[in-house]
Amino acid sequence: MSKFNEEDVYIFNPERECMSREDLKELQLKRLQKVVKYAYENVPFYQNSFDKAGVKPEDIKSLEDIQLLPFITKDDLRNTYPFDLQAAPKEDWVEVHSTSGTTGIPTVVAYTQNDLDIWAECTARGLASVGVHKNDIVNVAYGFGLFTGGHGAQYGAQKIGALAVPMSSGNTQRQMNFLKDFPADFLCCTPSYALYLAESFEKEGIDPQSVPLKGGLYGAEMWTEEIRAKLENKFGISAQNIYGLTEVIGPGVSTECHIKDGMHIAEDHFYPEIIDPNTLEVLPEGSEGEIVFTSLTKTGMPVIRYRTKDITSLKYDKCDCGRTTVRMSRITGRSDDMLKVKGVIVFPKQIEEVIMKMDELSPAYQIIVSRPGILDMIEVQVEIDQATFKDSIIDLEGFKHKIAKKIKEAIGIGVKVTLAEPYSLPRSEGKAVRVIDKRDFS
Amino acid sequence: MSIKQLSVFLENKKGRLWKALNTLKSENIDIRALSIADTSEFGILRMIVSDPKKAKELLEKEFAVSIADVLAIEVEDQPGGLEAALGLLNENDVNVEYVYAFVEKKTSKALVVLRTDDNEKSLKLLKDNAFSVVEDEAYTI
Repeated sequence: MSKFNEEDVYIFNPERECMSREDLKELQLKRLQKVVKYAYENVPFYQNSFDKAGVKPEDIKSLEDIQLLPFITKDDLRNTYPFDLQAAPKEDWVEVHSTSGTTGIPTVVAYTQNDLDIWAECTARGLASVGVHKNDIVNVAYGFGLFTGGHGAQYGAQKIGALAVPMSSGNTQRQMNFLKDFPADFLCCTPSYALYLAESFEKEGIDPQSVPLKGGLYGAEMWTEEIRAKLENKFGISAQNIYGLTEVIGPGVSTECHIKDGMHIAEDHFYPEIIDPNTLEVLPEGSEGEIVFTSLTKTGMPVIRYRTKDITSLKYDKCDCGRTTVRMSRITGRSDDMLKVKGVIVFPKQIEEVIMKMDELSPAYQIIVSRPGILDMIEVQVEIDQATFKDSIIDLEGFKHKIAKKIKEAIGIGVKVTLAEPYSLPRSEGKAVRVIDKRDFS
Repeated sequence: MSIKQLSVFLENKKGRLWKALNTLKSENIDIRALSIADTSEFGILRMIVSDPKKAKELLEKEFAVSIADVLAIEVEDQPGGLEAALGLLNENDVNVEYVYAFVEKKTSKALVVLRTDDNEKSLKLLKDNAFSVVEDEAYTI
């Protein structure tokens, strides 16, 4: 039985979220022109790239003219580390968030108060669409810290006036206690962690249905309708999807309403395009492709045509919830080899670099991502050879731990290292299969 | 003197132990003693063989192999036989890393292979205390 009540949901900002498409386009164009000019005048990177493309801010006369502008990629963000893409003066920065960094160079984003307000607005919209009100308690069990993680959900809950509990991740026993003792009305975390919590209650002989939870925003990893059904049935909640990325603003760029037919993009703040990742052409409405975002209102680090590498499609028809904003489907894949494991972004290259740097190891390796229960696991298989093999289980276990520790330092999450016999792992003959993702997202 | 033991890394996968033994059989290498230490993912096959040098060369083509110095002692095949030897090492602060029995057609003695954290010290202790240490040329390289 679901404790979620459809009558609790509401539209946080009807003026913006239910605008007519014409008015919205007009607003988007006005804001696009403004942010392009602002970026051009304040960020040398944009000035150079626009000049190179032979386009001036004044050339943007319609929304379609955005296609005249060059894309910005993750590499560009790394090359401008730490603050070369910041447009606002330093005295206006109030908070910084960072990604883990794939090649040792993280992407650092400084937020102005304006940016934090936008972020709070976006997540508040999402929280309202799952029914969060002023008198509610929202436990946020995404990570807190340098990652954008749970900060956005906290700000959004506070903007509504609800009580935000910055649980962060881990310490499952305390998570369970606070959920049932406070009690929490809403829980926001990765879907797999929510399921893990449900199972942890069951293990203690407590029916998760007896926890007064009503719903939450779940994301930061790929998940499926099956996982949603399981999560909703176990807790008796409405589990709605949330999407976002640090480079754009963090989780909250789009959030799903209770109709659950795609995530509504906060289009008055973020302008989406779908492109073919190979030809870079903008694709017609409804096509599946890589989603590209332009921030329309951010002042700290505006992004113009940021290539997310996330594959999705857009629906522009009006949603049954009454919102007119475009909806994006679940992320169905990536146009690069990025993995999302336990909500953390991992590039196989990061692991490869650790292995290549260790002289004791042969360059053959394999990464296996799986979800043995409900939590993701990365197994890294490496080869033992004549020089590294010692006649001692303790030494071999120690060797494994040493590798696992180095990998954890590089990617931020723990992995299981397995030793394989010499020459037993696939060698690179052209393109060796280095990564096997056994998780089922279909 | 200590004798030479061959150690082979084995993944916990079907057929790997057989493959290692098959490699030795094909070249007529005799296994005098054998033990396997296993964890959930891998094992170490430890052997005293008739020709450790040749065995190593053969196995290295496919396996990770190392040679370790171990001690082999004769103890009385009766209650307390091994206990006396281990008691001596314990009193002298030598840590025994592993032990396994040695299959050999001998008389009333049992042969035991020992690896300690200080083989030289152990060897001296055992000899000084009249334990019979195997010093067979056949087991050395």
